[in-house]
Amino acid sequence: MSTDNKKQGRFGIFGGQFVPETLMNALIQLEQEYEKAKTDEGFQKELNYYLKEYAGRPSPLYLAENLTRKLGGGKIYLKREDLNHTGAHKINNVLGQVLLAKRMKKTRIIAETGAGQHGVATATAAALFGIPCEVYMGAEDMERQRLNVFRMRLLGAKVNPVESGTRTLKDATNEAIRDWVTNVEDTFYVIGSVVGPHPYPTMVRDFQKIIGEETRQQIMEKEGKLPDYLVACVGGGSNAMGLFYPFYNDRSVKMCGVEAAGKGVDTDETAATIAKGKVGVLHGMMTYLLQDKDGQIQPAYSISAGLDYPGVGPEHAYYHYTRRAHYVSVTDEEALEAFELLTKTEGIIPALESAHAVAYVLKLAPRTQKDEVIVVNISGRGDKDVYTVAKSMGVDLE
Amino acid sequence: MKSRITKKFEGLREKGEKALIIFITAGDPSIELTRDLVIEIEKAGADIIELGIPFSDPLADGPVIQAASQRAIKAGMTTEKAFNLVKALREKTEIPIAFLTYFNTVYNYGQLEFLKKCCDFGVDGMIVPDLPLEERKELEDIAKGYPVDIIPLVAPTSAQRIKKIVSGASGFVYCVSSTGVTGIRESFKTDLEAFMEEVGKHTSLPRAIGFGISGPDAVRQLKPFAEGLIVGSAVVKKIAEDGSPEKVIKRVSDFVCSLKQALAGCP
Repeated sequence: MSTDNKKQGRFGIFGGQFVPETLMNALIQLEQEYEKAKTDEGFQKELNYYLKEYAGRPSPLYLAENLTRKLGGGKIYLKREDLNHTGAHKINNVLGQVLLAKRMKKTRIIAETGAGQHGVATATAAALFGIPCEVYMGAEDMERQRLNVFRMRLLGAKVNPVESGTRTLKDATNEAIRDWVTNVEDTFYVIGSVVGPHPYPTMVRDFQKIIGEETRQQIMEKEGKLPDYLVACVGGGSNAMGLFYPFYNDRSVKMCGVEAAGKGVDTDETAATIAKGKVGVLHGMMTYLLQDKDGQIQPAYSISAGLDYPGVGPEHAYYHYTRRAHYVSVTDEEALEAFELLTKTEGIIPALESAHAVAYVLKLAPRTQKDEVIVVNISGRGDKDVYTVAKSMGVDLE
Repeated sequence: MKSRITKKFEGLREKGEKALIIFITAGDPSIELTRDLVIEIEKAGADIIELGIPFSDPLADGPVIQAASQRAIKAGMTTEKAFNLVKALREKTEIPIAFLTYFNTVYNYGQLEFLKKCCDFGVDGMIVPDLPLEERKELEDIAKGYPVDIIPLVAPTSAQRIKKIVSGASGFVYCVSSTGVTGIRESFKTDLEAFMEEVGKHTSLPRAIGFGISGPDAVRQLKPFAEGLIVGSAVVKKIAEDGSPEKVIKRVSDFVCSLKQALAGCP
């Protein structure tokens, strides 16, 4: 059930390894070590131990009865990744990669972060395993996500503000790659999404596919059948790919990836990469990118700091190209409405990223039959976003 | 057909000299000044020009060239304009010119179109820092029909990959002095003598060392190991300092002349 073309880590034409030569041997070594770890019982046992005992897996698949009733269509289940330790799905991948770093005897780990969830997760695992950690974060994002910056510092990580370019996730990723090129011999780069050069998109997907594997088992227990729809937000796309991938061969399962339209797909302030982008190369991968006619990468915008990335994971690009998954977009405004609605109807405050997925469910569910089943990934919790949401409501929390 | 780059290295070798390769970003701070700078840099003793097409996300570059790219993009530099710049330069000079360009720029333009244009407008080579061996085949295949050198990069971490990287290459081999991004370095951690010797075992092409060369002292230190030296950030820094175009040109020319003197002797 593999969608990858082993050769150069390509998904169709997407993916690849477009990085400076200095990094090539490190990527080859990482791939080899990862392939070994994949089939190493000891490694898998240790990873599963931490996923269960430390991160709190499996995460529940919760039937949102109030929301289902309100929308009057199919049954809506929430995959509660927000209940993981550190508050998002990011920890699944980070535990895998940091255990791999430990196995490869790397003495330093670095990460990029947008909203700060991946940075917090990496700083957490670094604290747990006692490895020094530095996180690159756009200066703009540091302002938007002060809480997460403080959390990372509490956890002992050094947070390096990135002032170049648009001062957001794209630039933080550039800076992390530059650090890695410089310190490649002792440093492990923990990438936070299904992006970057091969083997990262595949490896991160594998560490996240536990979301879909659990969902499959849980929905069979509860409903005795596979879901009709899977819905997840897509920035780089790791929570979505984690949910989708185990259902790839189940053609009856429809997959919807929800991009952030920002102020609208037709405006310049958007992060809807698949809707608006064209194929190009950034951060080591060939994929859809927001770029101008000269190939300069354009800043992405979304109210959610975790979704404003001008690219998308190459496997998503492939799912889109082959129409295996359907990609839609919702605006800031729609996401904020969904944020409030889920909070009030189910008592669950979702991350603004996840609120995008919920916003699409608000459109989708009324069009479905009552016996259909929708699973939406609540990829993270919304505590980190209360300042942003308060601001949008005109409330001053300071 | 031999490229201008190959001919230049052959000419230098006959004279027992080494190549001084100077990098500047096209359009930093303006197209006009870049054009004048190329002419003056040649007069000051440069043998080959490496012209950077600015990219929004230059992940192999340090702060100095990142800033130059930003200035150039802001000033309206585009791929098309970079080609036109070389075309205009070709009315005045035969100095070999290689583009330093990230792959997205080439891919977006169309690989075949880009090569055709290089050929028609007088660009002699391409250095694509994010196009390693594993990804370069398509471009390499297309380039076979054109007298444009696709210049490969080898790094101190390349080890057993060197042989494959240099095989079938033309122009010269770009030897990255140390791990990291472009930018001035105080010293080199890499055992450059051993590294360059290893590269030399696998190719008869000229080898040029780049990344981190700060000035005449570094030139004197490194020249025994290579057939060419590439200086980028140190030159770009001189362009970025304040002053009228005349002052910038004078400052850059003096610096290039000091590099050439360290390498051979000022013309």
